[in-house]
Amino acid sequence: MSEALGALAQRLLAHAREQGADQSEVWLQESTQLSATVRLGLVEELRQATSRALSLRVFLGQRVARATASDLSWETLDPLVRRAIARARLVSEDPFAGLPEHSASFPSPETLALYDPEFERLGPEQAIARARETERIGLSLEPRVRNSSGASFCAVCSAVWGANSRGFCGHFRQSAASLQVTLLGQSGSDAAQVSDYWYSVARHLAQLESCEAVARQAVARVRRHFGACKLATRQVPVVFEPLTAAELLADLFGAVCGELVYLKRSFLAESRGQQVAAEHVTLVDDGLLPGGLGTRPFDREGVAAQRTIVIQKGVLKNFLCSAYAARKLGLAATGNGTDDGEAPTNFYLLPGSTSPEEILRSADHCLYVTRLLGRGVNLVTGDYSRGAFGLWVEQGEIVHPVHEITISGNLRQMLAGVEQVGNDLDLRGQFGAPTLKLAAMTVAGI
Amino acid sequence: MSTSFVELALNNTPTAAFACYHGLEPGLLDTVLRQASARGADFADIYIEYREASSLHLEEDLLKQSSELVALGAGIRVVAGEQSGYAYTNELSQASLLQAAEVAAQIAAGPTRSQYFALQVTPVPARYPVELPATQAGMGEKTDFLFAANQAARSADARVKDVQVTWSDELRFILLANTAGELVSDVQPLVTFSVNVVAESNGARQAGWKNFGRRAGLEAFSRPQAEALAQEAVRQAVTLLTARPAPAGELPVVLAAGASGVLLHESVGHPLEADFNRKKLSVFTDRLGEKVASELCTVIDDATLPSWRGSVNVDGEGTIPRAATVLIARGVLRAYLQDRLSARLMKLAPTGNGRRQDYAHIPISRMTNTYLAAGESDPEEIVRSVARGIYCKSFTGGQVEPATGKFTFSMHEASLIEAGRLSYPIKGATLIGSGIEVLNNIVAVGHDLELDSGAWMCAKQGQAVPVSVGTPTVKIARITVGGQWA
Repeated sequence: MSEALGALAQRLLAHAREQGADQSEVWLQESTQLSATVRLGLVEELRQATSRALSLRVFLGQRVARATASDLSWETLDPLVRRAIARARLVSEDPFAGLPEHSASFPSPETLALYDPEFERLGPEQAIARARETERIGLSLEPRVRNSSGASFCAVCSAVWGANSRGFCGHFRQSAASLQVTLLGQSGSDAAQVSDYWYSVARHLAQLESCEAVARQAVARVRRHFGACKLATRQVPVVFEPLTAAELLADLFGAVCGELVYLKRSFLAESRGQQVAAEHVTLVDDGLLPGGLGTRPFDREGVAAQRTIVIQKGVLKNFLCSAYAARKLGLAATGNGTDDGEAPTNFYLLPGSTSPEEILRSADHCLYVTRLLGRGVNLVTGDYSRGAFGLWVEQGEIVHPVHEITISGNLRQMLAGVEQVGNDLDLRGQFGAPTLKLAAMTVAGI
Repeated sequence: MSTSFVELALNNTPTAAFACYHGLEPGLLDTVLRQASARGADFADIYIEYREASSLHLEEDLLKQSSELVALGAGIRVVAGEQSGYAYTNELSQASLLQAAEVAAQIAAGPTRSQYFALQVTPVPARYPVELPATQAGMGEKTDFLFAANQAARSADARVKDVQVTWSDELRFILLANTAGELVSDVQPLVTFSVNVVAESNGARQAGWKNFGRRAGLEAFSRPQAEALAQEAVRQAVTLLTARPAPAGELPVVLAAGASGVLLHESVGHPLEADFNRKKLSVFTDRLGEKVASELCTVIDDATLPSWRGSVNVDGEGTIPRAATVLIARGVLRAYLQDRLSARLMKLAPTGNGRRQDYAHIPISRMTNTYLAAGESDPEEIVRSVARGIYCKSFTGGQVEPATGKFTFSMHEASLIEAGRLSYPIKGATLIGSGIEVLNNIVAVGHDLELDSGAWMCAKQGQAVPVSVGTPTVKIARITVGGQWA
């Protein structure tokens, strides 16, 4: 099948040229998925599937049209290409439209450690066993943790082929597995329920956290939230745990993307070269990180992956750009292109040297944010307001858990107000951060 | 794909089109279902989908994007007790389907428990007839809508600096067959139009947006509608330019009629989904018949409303919703939103709320069009009754954790109420509360019920489905407002 899809990509490029396209680009992907969810010991859902997808862009001069399909029969693809070319005639001429410059070379998929052949040996029994074991341990550690929304193990392998009429032709295979459990606890028959989760995700099975590690962490997270209350409304120093700090980066990501910058829809649109954050903030997007979840040899336009410094010692150095945004802004494409805007590779904040314990001890009192809920981020203005769960900390000691509060501020002030950066970088998804301490945010509660 | 498939499906039935173009005769479906239930199953079904979609995007005065999507696939589910096996494929050949059936069947082990019924066509209602299938129409009229909205937005106010307009449409043909002998097909259209603007004044920028969604064809939209949406987006952005920071802390909140229904969707809707309740993962678990809200609250989910976004003739697993479901009647919990599996395990009737994103996903309990029924209060009187509080006008969405009932929803446009009057606009902020507590804090419900025509999407467990939300003007005695000053 693999070779067949590579050949199909070339056939589609040839077909687009014959039908009148000046330039074209084809992506084909084949994915296999295996996932098992176990709840209270029973297999709630076992899923297995192989699926395929095509994504296509055709250019007529400076006009572009796109198409995607999951049906790869020629009876579908032939008219799809013809219609795309017909549609391209009807859109506006855009001087910035076009394929990227041809990248001279790409990192080899092998050095990037994208694929683990162990996945080929996984079957439903192994997936079920891992999920079941994780949940079993999770329900055995703490008498107050008695219910579960389920544990799941999921493995996905995919093969990607890309080709364009400028001579780009690339292929790689990748794998990723995840293990997660969500547990519920109650500290008394009348008390409110507490729910929390933990997960691990990795490209290599050997790097996935063990069933026991995932279960223990989920239980610890539930346990620390028994007896939560609200806080009085006030301004306080706020410490983000690595996972919530990573969510902060995910919220910030769009603001450094070329698309929002050229549209002036980012509060950072005019800030390149300026000090936008405290000095100990250095933020990178690293598409080359071996084994990283967002690592791949090239982006969805065939631009080679790279490591881009976005913020260096608080100074905004680079925006992340697709080929289109790069042309609009007179900058270089950074290997973050998609068929529509930009996507992160591995977007993370470099760790500092302070331990999380020292950070918590550094303030008389602070809110330690352990989970965030809802949206509430406006990238045009930078205004930030989200629901939060956390722990109230005094002199480094946890006093009581906190729930049903919001934290609010403005991303510009929040970046400038980063007082400390922990040494505990946690990069488990495509966004990663160490513990972060912000000088002050508004907490709304009672 | 082929226009001929679509023509046959529209002029005859999707069943006929799938049989003619993909060889999916009832006899083959029967064979696949028998294979799926061969290892022992309580229930098995096959969901086959052909979907085409297209979109156009205008930005910087240019029609920059034209996209088209064609999706084809089938999902096979085997249910044994509480366990489900699921497999899907993009290939509709007999060999692929039988293989998927075998994979899905791995979940079950034992003698066949289900009684097997021969397939019989079940007719569905016609709640969203399509006059002009949008995916089949050319780009001309849709392009006119985009440029009309762009022009209307730019001429509405000189402070408008950026305008983005998107049209998207979808036409979905589904064919469902199951071991209960039901063979059902449906044609599900969807159109969406959205305008997003940025206004700038003295170096400050603010965004405004407004969108429209309908389960219908091209006939549901017009140039005046495009222009009105653009003007509303501009009004919102320009109003926000003068907005001051929102207050922080517990305050009385008045929700404007319409889009504020998001609050109900999060605080009540999700926690009333049957899967959470049969697993005892909701604050409403085991509370049927109990008073859970102020008696001013009657909450309804109605999939039967003509052409609303969340409406369905048949849900994602073959159940035809026959009437509105009253979830809460005068404060008393009456029903959950049921999918087939939950209903069977809870020994309650399915309500037609088993929905799925597409063939790659299993159906789960979901909302359709969910709203708070009208009350008796005068909306203006409600505002006048607030000494100091917040009036919420538009929202960007929310999230809930059903097990604890904690939910958020984020205001985009709001005003401060002082001495019973709207005083000045405030910036967006997130509200947070607990479902049951907030329901009991509803102290006034207006007579002005409004369903919002916005293009709401609801996400759960990685599956997005279109829904509608609605509410009359509502007063919540107090809720935490996540603003900037105390």
